[in-house]
Amino acid sequence: MNCREIERLLGPYRDGELDPERSADVAVHQRNCEDCRAALERLEQLSAAIESAPRYPASPELRARLESRFADGRQPYGRWLLLAAGLAAAALVIGRLTPVADLRPQDALANEVVRAHLRSLVVGHLWDVAASGHHTVKPWLAAKLDFPFDVEDISSRGLLLAGGRVDSVDGRTVAVLVYRRGGHVISVFVWPAAQPPDRPPAGRSVHGFNVIDWRADGLNWWAVSDLELGELNELPLSPCFLPAHETLGG
Amino acid sequence: MPLSRHARFAAAILPHLDRAHNLARWLLANRQDAEDAVQDSYLRALTYFDSFHGRDGRAWLLAIVRNTCFERLRKNRRHLELPVEHIELARDTSPDPEALQLQLADQAAVRRGLESLPAEFREVLVLREMEGLSYQQIARVTEAPLGTVMSRLARARRRFEEALAAARKEETA
Repeated sequence: MNCREIERLLGPYRDGELDPERSADVAVHQRNCEDCRAALERLEQLSAAIESAPRYPASPELRARLESRFADGRQPYGRWLLLAAGLAAAALVIGRLTPVADLRPQDALANEVVRAHLRSLVVGHLWDVAASGHHTVKPWLAAKLDFPFDVEDISSRGLLLAGGRVDSVDGRTVAVLVYRRGGHVISVFVWPAAQPPDRPPAGRSVHGFNVIDWRADGLNWWAVSDLELGELNELPLSPCFLPAHETLGG
Repeated sequence: MPLSRHARFAAAILPHLDRAHNLARWLLANRQDAEDAVQDSYLRALTYFDSFHGRDGRAWLLAIVRNTCFERLRKNRRHLELPVEHIELARDTSPDPEALQLQLADQAAVRRGLESLPAEFREVLVLREMEGLSYQQIARVTEAPLGTVMSRLARARRRFEEALAAARKEETA
């Protein structure tokens, strides 16, 4: 393909919207073509610029107004009913999850991390320690955990570390890194793996949430979000998506 | 226990409030209009809630929000009225006041660049770059064919690049 054809594909390539074949064509071409490489870099810079633009969340007044309006048509206890509705909905989801004993271990774990993610959303307690500046989350987690925790922050374009918390999965204490992307929350659960071999990322859907898990550097990793599986898989969450020198863990 | 219609609505649609407001605010470029549009959108969403079968409550709501906003834009012809409001800084990790100043100036340029674009271009950039929607989702929200989404996004990026360069020049002038 020539540069003119490639140029048309650079945006979709950057957005992860090309089929594997054409994506490979673009990847090869831009390695050998300075102009197209520069054009791709400009796209990245535009994206980074928009990332720095202000976001406008709803004001507390608007939120309160809508919550009390919609939580229940008639009654004035909006917030409480909404919370109750949220809990009831969560209970429905949690209740519908298959009992742990009946499942293969990975499915059981997937259910557990989805429950933990959902719990944090429903209770509104996403993190114990908020990320402020560099290096606040890691030392905090390292001090709370019963295993060595030396994990690099994988924030990148569009993926922001919001905080960290300690949770419980599989009967043990685990670290949770909470990332945000746009309006989405992504919980990344990390704990030591019992068996050594690394495992490439595998994705699944559990009751409306998408889960990707992998094993690397002696750690189990589970990422949960309402992002679509494809989008979740595009994020540089696992070491497979990073250049070798940036691998996670230690 | 079956949930009431209101409770189901609240659970499926209310969580997307911040995204709805962000889109409306970027499209209408005015705080009061954005709040009104979001409130209208939620009322409409409740009216049409029985037609919501999917799992993608976000795309469903954003489609209603953008339609409400474009109706308002058509009615008011206020594309160009852009009052300056305070800028919410992205997380600042730099204590250096000079670097902070530069960062502020650049964020102002980014915002001005975005705001100077036609609403259709702002929309597609907000949906793709801020909300991280796939082309397929953007096509659903904007009720446009996939090919249109792709060419609109490409044009929006080109226009934004020019507008950003101009705004940055002005900021540093």
